[in-house]
Amino acid sequence: MNKLKIITNGIVRENPTFVLLLGMCPTLATTTSAQNGLLMGLATMFVLVCANVAVSLIKNLTPDKVRIPVFVVVIASFVTILQMMLAAWLPSVNASLGLYIPLIVVNCVILGRAEAFACKHTPFESLLDGVGIGLGFTLGLTLLGMAREVLGAGTVFGLHLLPETMGMLVFILPPGAFITLGYLIAIINKVRKTE
Amino acid sequence: MKKLESSLLNMVVVLTVVAAVAAGLLAWVNHVTEGPISLQAQKTLADGIKAVMGCDDITVAAPDSITKDYDGKKSTYVVYTVKDNVGNELGKAVESTVMAFGGEMKVLVGFNRDNVILGYRVLESAETPGLGQKADTWFQKSGKGCIVGRRMSSDAPLKVNKDNGDVDAITASTITSRAFLKAVNRAFDAYINESDGATGASSKADGATGASHKADGLTGASPKADGATGVNHKEKAVKTDGKSSDKERSNK
Repeated sequence: MNKLKIITNGIVRENPTFVLLLGMCPTLATTTSAQNGLLMGLATMFVLVCANVAVSLIKNLTPDKVRIPVFVVVIASFVTILQMMLAAWLPSVNASLGLYIPLIVVNCVILGRAEAFACKHTPFESLLDGVGIGLGFTLGLTLLGMAREVLGAGTVFGLHLLPETMGMLVFILPPGAFITLGYLIAIINKVRKTE
Repeated sequence: MKKLESSLLNMVVVLTVVAAVAAGLLAWVNHVTEGPISLQAQKTLADGIKAVMGCDDITVAAPDSITKDYDGKKSTYVVYTVKDNVGNELGKAVESTVMAFGGEMKVLVGFNRDNVILGYRVLESAETPGLGQKADTWFQKSGKGCIVGRRMSSDAPLKVNKDNGDVDAITASTITSRAFLKAVNRAFDAYINESDGATGASSKADGATGASHKADGLTGASPKADGATGVNHKEKAVKTDGKSSDKERSNK
């Protein structure tokens, strides 16, 4: 498989947010602003890449029946390492993402890719897949975060675009997350079908 | 691709090895990041106290932990006595934690000796960005619900407009605003108790151990370290319960 195609695959054809519909929980919860969405996406990408590579390296040593527990331990370890590193060197990121960092462990995207890709491909291909899917996830979260932030508060990454009084409160709250995500998926799938 | 077959022995061995390697790796990373993490916590606290007291040249004494009972639930308040470099007491900074809308909210409030709020900082919160999260700026000097500069009194706690008070709540975030004011009011109660030296209400909870470790970092950094701890010992002698907290203090 062409190496570059693996990366673009994760961003376009198999985008986890808009096509695979994986990892919806953090997608909806952390996209109250564009910056939060971007940070969450990058954090998840880090874990995804590390987990994919690790799983691919040990795929032949893992008996089939225990692969899920083994993969989960690997993923959880990387998330814990990420959390400790953020607390030590990037405390502001740690503060904005807060509770959602430990929740990366149960993000379906990571375990899903470990099962579907990493345990059947070489470590290098798994790394590329991790980067591609990670970028796709980050893109999805950032787009959703921007949409919700503009509609809800009139700002984008903190820059004021619309007057604050024009902000529709519902988009910052959970119902708005579902509504915005639904429309985004519809628009993107329509564009994909017409290509 | 030949995988290891799923025999019982293989499964047990692989699971054990994976767990052991993961544990080892995590222990190592923990060891490496322990120092920076506690440094960050101290720095946040030190910066926070400087910000709420509105002054950079300060000495912070070892903190006191006060446990109070509200509606049957105990809550702990950490009080930092703040003095300027000559030894005059500027006031106290109090850490107060309440349950807000999205989770617990921890606020650091600075009071001077006339019971006036010098400043505040939201240390921890889980509020909604764009709504309750605005608490970190809304109640400051330039915000619409400014409480900085107000003189507090025990019989007139701060309340939002909806509750017949005179503080403007954050638009569409009444719950967060109420919780925030509750945190400030309770911080003031703890401050009053501490200033009166009420022995009944204060207890040296285990929280003090963690807090005194933090204080070591702070007093270590400031030039008037010995002076501060020296004065503190005198104050502490009045309140001590003779519990394990004495042991901790002698470690300093």
